[in-house]
Amino acid sequence: MNLSLLLILPLAFSFLLLFVKGLKQVRTVALTAAVAQLGLSLYLLYQFLIERATSSSNFLFEQKYAWFKNLNINYHAGVDGISVAMILLTAFVVLAGVLVSWNQEKLHKEFFFLLLFLSVGAYGFFISLDLFMLFFFLEVAVIPKFLLIGIWGSGKKEYSAMKLALMLMAGSALVFVGLAGLYYNTPVNEVFSFDLTTIANQTASSATQRFFFPFAFIGFGIFTALFPFHTWVPDGHSSAPTAASMFLAGISMKLGGYGCLRVATYLMPDAAQYYSTIIIVLACIAILYGAFATMMQTDLKYINAYSSVSHCGFVLLGIGMLTKTSITGAVLQMVSHGLMTALFFAVIGMIYERTHTRVVAQLGGLLKVMPFISTVFVIVGLCSLGLPGLSGFVAEMTVFMGSWQKADLFYRFATIIACASIVVTAVYILRAVGSSIMGPVKNNDYLQLTDAGWNEKTAAVLLLAGILIMGLVPFWITDLINPGTEVIIQKIGMIK
Amino acid sequence: MNDFFLLMKQELLLTAIIFILLFVKLSTNEWKTKNLLLLVNILLTINLAAGFFFNGFGYLFGDMFQTNDLIRLEKNILNLGTLLISLQSYNWLMKHKHAAEFYMLMFSALLGMFFMLSSHNLLMFYVGLELASIPLAAMANFDLEKRRSSEAAMKYIMSSAFASGLLLFGISLMYGVSGSLNFTDLQSLQTTSPLYVFAFVLIIAGFGFKISAVPFHLWTADVYEGSPVAVTSFLSVISKGSMIFVFGTVLFTVFQQLFFQWYNILAILAVLSMIIGNLFALRQQNLKRFLAFSSISQVGFILIGITAGNMKGLSSVIYFVLIYVFSNLAAFGVLSLVDAEKGKENIDDYKGFYKTNPVLTWVLAIALFSLAGIPPTAGFFGKFFLILAGAGRNNYLLITIAALNMVVSLYYYLRIIKAMFMDTNENPIENIIISRSPKLALAICLAGIVITGLVGGAYDYIYSLVK
Repeated sequence: MNLSLLLILPLAFSFLLLFVKGLKQVRTVALTAAVAQLGLSLYLLYQFLIERATSSSNFLFEQKYAWFKNLNINYHAGVDGISVAMILLTAFVVLAGVLVSWNQEKLHKEFFFLLLFLSVGAYGFFISLDLFMLFFFLEVAVIPKFLLIGIWGSGKKEYSAMKLALMLMAGSALVFVGLAGLYYNTPVNEVFSFDLTTIANQTASSATQRFFFPFAFIGFGIFTALFPFHTWVPDGHSSAPTAASMFLAGISMKLGGYGCLRVATYLMPDAAQYYSTIIIVLACIAILYGAFATMMQTDLKYINAYSSVSHCGFVLLGIGMLTKTSITGAVLQMVSHGLMTALFFAVIGMIYERTHTRVVAQLGGLLKVMPFISTVFVIVGLCSLGLPGLSGFVAEMTVFMGSWQKADLFYRFATIIACASIVVTAVYILRAVGSSIMGPVKNNDYLQLTDAGWNEKTAAVLLLAGILIMGLVPFWITDLINPGTEVIIQKIGMIK
Repeated sequence: MNDFFLLMKQELLLTAIIFILLFVKLSTNEWKTKNLLLLVNILLTINLAAGFFFNGFGYLFGDMFQTNDLIRLEKNILNLGTLLISLQSYNWLMKHKHAAEFYMLMFSALLGMFFMLSSHNLLMFYVGLELASIPLAAMANFDLEKRRSSEAAMKYIMSSAFASGLLLFGISLMYGVSGSLNFTDLQSLQTTSPLYVFAFVLIIAGFGFKISAVPFHLWTADVYEGSPVAVTSFLSVISKGSMIFVFGTVLFTVFQQLFFQWYNILAILAVLSMIIGNLFALRQQNLKRFLAFSSISQVGFILIGITAGNMKGLSSVIYFVLIYVFSNLAAFGVLSLVDAEKGKENIDDYKGFYKTNPVLTWVLAIALFSLAGIPPTAGFFGKFFLILAGAGRNNYLLITIAALNMVVSLYYYLRIIKAMFMDTNENPIENIIISRSPKLALAICLAGIVITGLVGGAYDYIYSLVK
């Protein structure tokens, strides 16, 4: 399959958007674009599985064109199982995002344009095999978020938008220093290159790795809420409009996790091992701190935002542990958290749209008024606290299993701490869900409210389907990503 | 004789245009400004097009004057910029009585820059430089009724005279050491004697003034603010661009043997320019002052590209200037329209701009993104190639400072984006009808911002010429 279609399609549709008028036409075009993207990524999955059965190479559907010949920068696309999983996640979240923004009145054309543009950034990032191209798409996905939050957001939106844009930009600036270091320190016959496979085969010296690893890892880490650089997450997520929160938490934070894995750990395995204790400590702090901070929140969006910090900590923990199972777990957690948190934000958005409040104490008894929304809310809550049968359980369990494989006391201790956070998660999730949808209806105005419309139901069912498939048949997705993690683990194994 | 026409065609054409304008001005019947502008723009287009044909390379006047493909490319970039400025200033010039004089001055300055670019001798370089700066001072004073404008002209002429003095002192000392001012002679001189280095430092200081690198930047903000927008854009794009071209080539060819001296000097100047330019830009209210400080910090990035000291560095610098022409002129184009029509140039005035002028807002936003180095605009490639080239020297402290400075600069660019898109205003700038020629200029700029970046060919072409 031609991977460039993943970029051309949303781009073409976003330009088509410029020529249509009125909310109805605009949202039709956006929906068509999102459905087409999902169709394309499912087709990619299908083709990928067929192709992989016969092919021995790690990356499939490779395309390579010279971009800046003299700097040896190429347009080099290709996917492995991990990227396919991420592309599918993106397609799901974008479609759901378009559906929940169905009645976006204010500046609708710009809104959907930016949303589609964001998805170009995400797809481009996941298919990049050239580090400069990867960096290009990483930055492409920053400014649309600034505009989405600043224009359509709520609360202290300008502040949050600015904070998010600056922190993410600082992250990518650090990433660039790391990439430049890799570029100059892995020459082949005196020719420098940004090519992922070339750099992986060259393997820079361990001193170089140890110098540049922190740049790349912290840089990508900022995207995925690495403690103490997580502060943009709560503000950014809670000020953003629903679709943007879904994208931010569902996909954008995964860019960081994917970068930490694919660029930092894969290309600098020696340094990853050297710094693994620090990564694990920071991840544990994020997990615990995120969980406890969530307990203190009263706003549903803040609850989900802080719990995202905690959940993304598992991704970093999995990467830091550097065992095959834990890295598989980290990827699973990325996908699972992406689906779950997108759905969570979608449901919160639906509730907010009707009740005009997100404060838990003011809600109550919603189950009687809007049964569909409330049911989804319960399910996603249970997924967040790791109920077996849903995706959260599979992912977190895999991370714990992987972490437990390391017999050293320090790793055991870290694993136990991370496990303990689940109890805290249960506390805040059950409390939030319980007091907002159960009990008597607190406000009589709520009795007039309607349940979800067709668009909201479709969005919720779509994401729920993803969560359930992952929870009930996890081996489908582990089979998909396993060969990809295998390659990374081999690289780490070579160091020992 | 043929050589003479072939090698000097761009200078000769420009001189011819100046004379045509002179005759137009002196003719008995007064021309309408509209027709005059049309004539000038056609002549400028011809001038630009001529740069691409009948190319030659070689030396003239006893090695005083040289030209080659790279120099021609640089002249073409300047020609393009001048054409864009001329198109953009349409509204302002229509209201101004002295369009012909303005153009004569502008073209004289441009002619000076051409001689400067083509110089192969420090004396020739100096003469070209003076021819470029004196008309500029007159241009800065072109809003005749405004006191600010005269102040700007005064400040410019003083600081430029001071810089010229430094340069001239440096040049004369250099002559004392080497006995020649010819570039080839200087290049083959294998000396790092203290006097020679001292002369060199003076010359760098002179250049520092002209490209407004910190700590030689003090004149910039006032002059930019006081001058008419057209002149400000000429100063910040064309004048600065030409100085950077010369600076790069002179350092790379003539002063190669002093690499370690100038590496350190430029690294320090780069860090200072980026940090101070950024910090001052944070607090500006006036958009022209704001762009002045932002251009100071851009110079810091350019200096990083120059410190690379190799072909990659020089081509990144030229590439960046090309992109800078497009992005800065797009920003100035919008400013110039708003200034000519409504006389507003403060950031606060731009609040709620998106409601009334969506097209202009997007143009300005894209231009600012390009200046900030946000993909997919060309500015992203320009800036990161500069940093990448600089990283080749293994000085990662410098590179990290540069990368983090991009974040700081993003803040103030986003501040304007925020004002335009997110803030509300009781009386926003009313809808502005864009006449044909500024529209064309803005379209060219936008196309340039998109194409020069995403299509890798532009960089590769420049690289092939630098070789």
